Amino acid sequence: MNNPKKTNEFLYFALKNKKVLLGLSIILLFLILGFIGPQVNHNKPMDYVDPLGAQGPSAQYWFGTTFFGQDVFSQFVHGLQATFLVGLIGGGIGTLVGMLVGFVAGYRGGMVDEILNALTNIVLVIPTFAVLLIIAAYLHVRSVVTESLFIGFTAWPWAARAIRAQTFSLRTRDFVDLSRMSGMKSLKIIVTDIAPNMMSYLVMTFILQFGGAILIAATLDFIGLGPTNTISLGLMMQYSVLWGALQLGTWWWFIPPGLAITIIVGGLYGMNVGLDEVFNPKLREL
Amino acid sequence: MTLQVENLTIYYQTLRGDVHALESTSFKIEDHEIMGLAGESGCGKTTLGTSLVLLKPPMKFVGGRVNLDNEELPIQDMDKMNSFRFKKISIIPQYAMNAMNPTRKVGKMTAELVRSRNVHFKDILPVLKERLELVKLPESVLDMYPIEMSGGMKQRMVMVISTLLNPSLLIADEITSALDVASQKAVVEMLVEFRNRDCCNSAIVITHDISILYQMADSILIMYAGQLAEKASTDVIIHSPRHPYTKMLIATLPEVGVRYTEKQLTGIPGNPPLLLNPPIGCRFRERCPLAFEKCVEVPPFIEIEKNHFGACWKEFVTNA
Amino acid sequence: MLKLNGISKIYHTGTFGGKELHAVNDVSFDIGEKEIVALIGESGSGKSTIGKMILRLVSVSSGSIEFNGVDVSKYKGAALKEYYRNVQGVFQDPFSSYNPIFKADRIFSFIKEEFFPDVSTSDWNKKLNNSLEVVGLNPEHVLNKFPHQLSGGQLQRFLIARALLLDLKILVADEIISMLDASTRIDVLNLLADLRGRGLSILFITHDLSLAHYISERAVILYGGCTMEMGDAEKIFNKPLHPYTQMLMSSVPRLDRRWDKKVNVDLKAAQTGPIHGCAYYDRCPLAFVKCKERPANVEIEKGHFVACWKVSEKNT
Repeated sequence: MNNPKKTNEFLYFALKNKKVLLGLSIILLFLILGFIGPQVNHNKPMDYVDPLGAQGPSAQYWFGTTFFGQDVFSQFVHGLQATFLVGLIGGGIGTLVGMLVGFVAGYRGGMVDEILNALTNIVLVIPTFAVLLIIAAYLHVRSVVTESLFIGFTAWPWAARAIRAQTFSLRTRDFVDLSRMSGMKSLKIIVTDIAPNMMSYLVMTFILQFGGAILIAATLDFIGLGPTNTISLGLMMQYSVLWGALQLGTWWWFIPPGLAITIIVGGLYGMNVGLDEVFNPKLREL
Repeated sequence: MTLQVENLTIYYQTLRGDVHALESTSFKIEDHEIMGLAGESGCGKTTLGTSLVLLKPPMKFVGGRVNLDNEELPIQDMDKMNSFRFKKISIIPQYAMNAMNPTRKVGKMTAELVRSRNVHFKDILPVLKERLELVKLPESVLDMYPIEMSGGMKQRMVMVISTLLNPSLLIADEITSALDVASQKAVVEMLVEFRNRDCCNSAIVITHDISILYQMADSILIMYAGQLAEKASTDVIIHSPRHPYTKMLIATLPEVGVRYTEKQLTGIPGNPPLLLNPPIGCRFRERCPLAFEKCVEVPPFIEIEKNHFGACWKEFVTNA
Repeated sequence: MLKLNGISKIYHTGTFGGKELHAVNDVSFDIGEKEIVALIGESGSGKSTIGKMILRLVSVSSGSIEFNGVDVSKYKGAALKEYYRNVQGVFQDPFSSYNPIFKADRIFSFIKEEFFPDVSTSDWNKKLNNSLEVVGLNPEHVLNKFPHQLSGGQLQRFLIARALLLDLKILVADEIISMLDASTRIDVLNLLADLRGRGLSILFITHDLSLAHYISERAVILYGGCTMEMGDAEKIFNKPLHPYTQMLMSSVPRLDRRWDKKVNVDLKAAQTGPIHGCAYYDRCPLAFVKCKERPANVEIEKGHFVACWKVSEKNT
């Protein structure tokens, strides 16, 4: 048995686990939709294509049209792209910053840990909405990337805390002491000994950050703090409610985006639970 | 007789197949007998001990029969065993000290335990107090949390709880390995005292430390790689063992008084076999200096003289 | 060669670190060339902490550690790395000393990267094979495997082989055989004695008196972070002078005689907190008023030191 076999063992269990398979399929489905959707549907999301407006789903407009006559399906597939982008960048930044802070605080301990802990706690209690409102007042144009950056730099404390705790417990293990006695520098020990041992943990943290970022983005979009130059699922929901979808009954405008967000994030979290079983042999049923 | 085990076979289910942890073991324990169960790691002693009380996955019951006080013990049935646990058969598991719920006071934990056996705490309280006195624990210990107690105190508390309902058979799994020398001596002496006062009838003491067994056990059963090697009274095992493995094992123990410069001890070359695909026949034959052709057949565990059993073609069957 | 001068380790516990816990309290002893010194103590005595302080894995609160006359207790960085060329350690749990997701050989490649970056691969392999043979392992059987594919004994020998790759003068062996089977223990123990014959010094940390007596020349008995008795191993085992050592010797389970049932062992919970008197005061049958003052280390006979007022009284 060598390393490939061990990863094969993980893959074997991962692909056998129903939750992982389900979650993975959902994500892939929406990802594909987000990629090929715009290829198939040539309408631009904000174009006023239907003179009539507020029409239900039909053969021509699969998801119907908005109040203004925009193609809901087109908005949907473009919105999916924005959603995944936010998840990737926002979740990615959150995980990376969390890793940096968590590893250093957990490994060094002492004063460094105290300072980083204070920093983590401060960022944690920042009222994000209030800050975002202020930022929104200053920036006239907000893009998806700006939103992702904001989410990433305010969501990392959760990851940092978790990673710090794990690092603390790994730091006291004998093999870390052995590496210290081999004259290795702290950074090298973190990268070569501690991080690989936490790989499963890091993967799961990233998935949680990814899903979390999508949810936060949807919330921000819904209350009007979303990107100004493009469409996203959250924005669709905001517009639909703003333009009377609930009163007029144009359900095809807000149900697809809402359902999509729910299913994607639900699939991600379900995948996470499944991966926990994969990585933790004791939870597996034989 | 208290315990009679016939052909007990237990395997562990793993991804790569069944691990033959215990293969067709048969032995018996008399009333009031403290039997030591010794062997190296992986020999199956903990499997034997736990299977008698809590046989759950990944352990798999493959065959055999266990009789306690002439009544069959349904070890393969988790639910039916419930009426036997704590009352007829009890166990002090390995790491018992750490097995106490850290957020519960010890007294409360004991009360919950006995209630699950349909005994009122009030009824058992006088017995409990008597036992605490026996192990030199103050009554105030019932109001303590486990974290407030030292290692020796926790171990004694667990011993008291396990024997509270006077079980017929007590299985003690490595109860002294994590203790310091003074606590070790106290715990061992208390176990013998328990047996003497009928708090338990017989006991199986599982350990790898044979010198502890010399101090307290009436008989010792030596196991190797899931098979029984030799069972005899303590003095016989230590001073005149017959099985080649037992002989070599005793020879590796440095007694206080022997120095490297005077007499260099030798270990047993080789390693115990993996039990995923165990070797056929006697599992010690790869490392045994006396091995010959017949050893590819499993030697039977037979009685060579009164209360001296062994499984070896050379030593126990061909008697010359 | 290695001299510990009054080293202490103080941990701060309680809210805001108000309380002090003296894990090691003013301990002094030395390790000479080509000798095995046994550091004997029960759990909580501070012996592992001393081992870790010598290996600079734990900082020294006060006192100094002199290696060949130079104080290494504050070393960091490059100086520390040089120190590690001469002083290495092996720990109790063979499996936890390896990162489970990598192959066991990784520990050797670390040594090469950090200490021998310029050595060619073929030279390195020769050196490695040589080291493995010295510890009694066959390179073909043990290289290129994962830790869980090797046995505890093999893993411990791997760690010793790793230490031998350097210019080792002192090996700190912290309970290295307590997790091994009886049949492999003796082999590893004989290996240590063998290495001593080749010029190595070993600090053998253990709680097992019979093992310590089997292999060491000198012994240091530790209790509650303080030294109780130290000197020639033979003398300490056959004629223990300190009441704690005597209690230890009578409580150890032996194969040649049964316990003396009359000796009653007192089982109070272990002492915590700053120790201003003798550490063994609470449990000592000979304790009297003077013991509230920390006993001095008195040389009762040549090379045999005892820290007990009663004993030094009797002998002066």
